[in-house]
Amino acid sequence: MRGLKHRLGFAGRKLARMALLLVGVSLAAFLLMYASPLDPLQTNIGQAALGAMSPEQRELLQAYWGADTPPAERYINWLTGAVQGEWGDSLLYRRPVLDVIGERLASSAGLLAAAWLLSGLLGFGLGVLAGACRGRLPDRLIRGYCLVISSTPAFWLAILLLLIFSVWLGWLPVGLSAPIGVDTSAVTWLDRLRHAVLPALTLSITGVANIALHTREKMIDVLSSDYVLFARARGEGAAAIVWRHGLRNVALPALTLQFASISEIIGGSVLVEQVFSYPGLGQAAVTAGLGGDLPLLLGVTVITAALVFAGNLVADLLYGAIDPRIRRGAARGL
Amino acid sequence: MKKYINNRQATCALLALSALLLLAVLVAGLLLNERAMATDFSRRDLAPCAAFPFGTDWMGRDMLARTLAGLSLSIRIGLLTAAVSAVLALLLGAAAGGFGRKADAAVSWLTDLLLGIPHILLVLLISLACGRGLWGVVAGVSLSHWPSLARVIRGEIIQLRQAPYVLTATKLGVSRLQVARRHMLPHVLPQFVTGLVLQFPHAILHEASITFLGFGLSAEQPAIGVILSESMRYLTTGRWWLALFPGLALIGVVLLFAGIGDRLGRLLDPAGIHA
Repeated sequence: MRGLKHRLGFAGRKLARMALLLVGVSLAAFLLMYASPLDPLQTNIGQAALGAMSPEQRELLQAYWGADTPPAERYINWLTGAVQGEWGDSLLYRRPVLDVIGERLASSAGLLAAAWLLSGLLGFGLGVLAGACRGRLPDRLIRGYCLVISSTPAFWLAILLLLIFSVWLGWLPVGLSAPIGVDTSAVTWLDRLRHAVLPALTLSITGVANIALHTREKMIDVLSSDYVLFARARGEGAAAIVWRHGLRNVALPALTLQFASISEIIGGSVLVEQVFSYPGLGQAAVTAGLGGDLPLLLGVTVITAALVFAGNLVADLLYGAIDPRIRRGAARGL
Repeated sequence: MKKYINNRQATCALLALSALLLLAVLVAGLLLNERAMATDFSRRDLAPCAAFPFGTDWMGRDMLARTLAGLSLSIRIGLLTAAVSAVLALLLGAAAGGFGRKADAAVSWLTDLLLGIPHILLVLLISLACGRGLWGVVAGVSLSHWPSLARVIRGEIIQLRQAPYVLTATKLGVSRLQVARRHMLPHVLPQFVTGLVLQFPHAILHEASITFLGFGLSAEQPAIGVILSESMRYLTTGRWWLALFPGLALIGVVLLFAGIGDRLGRLLDPAGIHA
């Protein structure tokens, strides 16, 4: 009973800190966007068209893009609105920000989830294998792969896969999330799947390196522990040791790391969606940034930060939930 | 068979070789800048051949020269941004570790805040605030890379403060400045140098990425990100060399930097290998 109370208190304090951090993120993002010397009118309407307009027209446009409101007032307005679920209208899409984000998130969600799961499982497997074969060929290959992958820009890998599978072999479509010229209702889930394969594959391949290397380190730690030495002395085989003693002790840190790595997957999706013209959240961020769409970019930043913080929170709570030894300590050590 | 050189010497030789290679790319890129810009429509869209190992683009520019010029620019930006962010990390990490709980709380809040925004989005936002272009990239990359190294340095300093010899020195009346200089700095320095070099790969990759997205260097500059984003338009027409070789060359440079950082870390902190 007391343990539960501790954990609720722990989660509560974490949540409060998270909310404060989210306000901080929104303020930082707002200030950065406000400080930008790029004029949204000029970027979107063009110098020539702007020059041809009457002063009244220009004033109207400035009011639309919010260029005439003082920053403090604008931020306070946004914040009070955001708390009530009113995130403003996207200036480029002329629709409520939350609608745009919801739609984009829905199309990114499958991609992100698939990549997250696949990279986690694959990375964990490779990490366990490398750790168990420390110094031998599989370990060298896996470490080399991780080094090369973490030195590869995600967008270039996306271009490479596009070249191989779409242009050269012609197996998969070049971009977008559905075939061109087909009515939305006629798009089957198979079409969507075919369009999502390459982006998801790119994200999975790049996501593997981090988790594999961490799992490998942990595996090596476990295998050099006293209880493994004792198991060996009892005559247990290598496979049994990895299965019985390795996996259980390595799974927790790997799981935590995977929940804490949501930020990297989302970051990667920004680049990968751009390459594949995949209409997801990441692409919305780039479009909003290039077009000076402050409400949308602010919304995307806050939503992604919320996802990242939620992942971190789950990671923190998992530690306590799975391993009773650290439950009390973690709750107190906040 | 007798070993002629020991591991340490081999590591030093490899370090020197990698550094020389990078220097060669840096200088070659600077010298080839003119050639990278030269257009010649009589030789457009050539596939890789003996005269143009990386091929030419639709304006007849030599892709090898363009790639080298781009890498050189990347290395220069990487040097600048890695240095700035490492110094920021040292200052903030030291402040968090050495100036009491309030400073620590403030810095760790800022760290959590920055780590909460996906990295590429943060670079994008800072670059926007600086009006994109060269300074947008430099500010974006250098202001966003310090948190992880700052955490390492903070941890190191907090640990050092409890070390017996530091406690003894303090009890003996050695001033705080002296303790910091004589006892802390020698310990933090290897971490700092390794961290600095290991910032390069990240800095270069983020510079290329942000430029690729259109928030970085402008289209006239011979940057790798620009080359790759232009190549996207010609992929479906089968001009694979426009994307393949510049990307491979970029990975080569990043790997060299990562290798240098790794080896430097092992040279500066020999005890850490067995840890």
